[in-house]
Amino acid sequence: MKHSFYEANARQRVAGLLDAGSFRELLPPAERATSPHLPLLDTPVAFDDGAIVGVGTLDGRTVFVAAQEGGFMGGAVGEVHGAKLTGLFERAIDQRPDAVLLVLESGGVRLHEANAGLIAVSETMRALLDARAAGIPVVGLIGSSVGCFGGMGLIAACCDTLVMSEEGRLGMSGPEVIETAHGVEEFDSRDRALVWRTTGGKHRYLTGDAQAIVEDDIDAFRRAALAALDHHRALTLDGLLAEQAALTARLQAFGQQRDALDIWRALGVAAPEAIPLLERDAFVAAADPYRRAL
Amino acid sequence: MEHLSFTYEGGNSDPHDAIVVGVVASGNLEVMIEPTQDPACRITIDTPARGFDDVWAAVLGDFFERSKLGGVRISINDVGATPAVVSLRLDQAVETFRGGDAT
Repeated sequence: MKHSFYEANARQRVAGLLDAGSFRELLPPAERATSPHLPLLDTPVAFDDGAIVGVGTLDGRTVFVAAQEGGFMGGAVGEVHGAKLTGLFERAIDQRPDAVLLVLESGGVRLHEANAGLIAVSETMRALLDARAAGIPVVGLIGSSVGCFGGMGLIAACCDTLVMSEEGRLGMSGPEVIETAHGVEEFDSRDRALVWRTTGGKHRYLTGDAQAIVEDDIDAFRRAALAALDHHRALTLDGLLAEQAALTARLQAFGQQRDALDIWRALGVAAPEAIPLLERDAFVAAADPYRRAL
Repeated sequence: MEHLSFTYEGGNSDPHDAIVVGVVASGNLEVMIEPTQDPACRITIDTPARGFDDVWAAVLGDFFERSKLGGVRISINDVGATPAVVSLRLDQAVETFRGGDAT
């Protein structure tokens, strides 16, 4: 039976991704590691500050997992939330699990916590890169309603592998932010088809930002995470220069396009307007000959 | 923020590991149940919705009559959930606490 990744909450996602009963939470809710900032603003806290971190097994292999709860303040990164992510990566360097899985669902920095949230995002990014430099693969999973934006969008781009569903969204500025800053003529955030073909999993797979696309099914995410456990993206100067060159070439190739449909057409996809309607397997068959790799 | 506390005596202690259900989101709440040595059922609520003491008292009184849960500390972070949602979450929390699979 399918269990929707999109509809699940963060705890259900963690339970479904890992081997049954294997998850051991670090700083569980009973520890009450809650935000010190929100009570000052008379705003409710969550016992886990919207971040669930811990250790479990994936097909018998030890993995660390962090999952963001988008229902709580849009999964936004506050001081404690970010410290839990940072601490998990630092612990991974000490204890060397086979990988760290990041279940991403966040609008970015928690504005209520201002500078503390911004610092938390940069600390998380540094810890993630330290873990990768120590040879521990980091797998990002995106397929929930909030998507992955702002500072967490940057962190997603730092993963060795990104797995997305069509429903998942990834970007820097979210649709409402773009519309507010540049006007509805630039981007209509209420045009759902536009939003998904610009930030959704299919577009990210076609342009190479996501390495795998799966159905909206927790078990499909689990299988994709398992397949990514041994995938390392070299974190070397040469590797970064090559990635930078690939990004520059992508910008030169598509920077003038007005719509994702134009990019897909320029990639060589035969019927770009049909892409949003394709099921996962048919989409992969249509996309793989033309998708760009980063 | 309103902080409310209720205590119910005479429930049955049934110790299990601490659990949490629900999400702190608009119209929703999270409920954590932890075992305690104290045989009472102590419930604390943090909610931004002020002035609903009587409604909480009614909902939690009904809940205690249904569950007769003792020896626990129940902590609630609420964001304006309706009484029906609160009742369902509390029942889900007790079922999860007692080892059912209602996460």
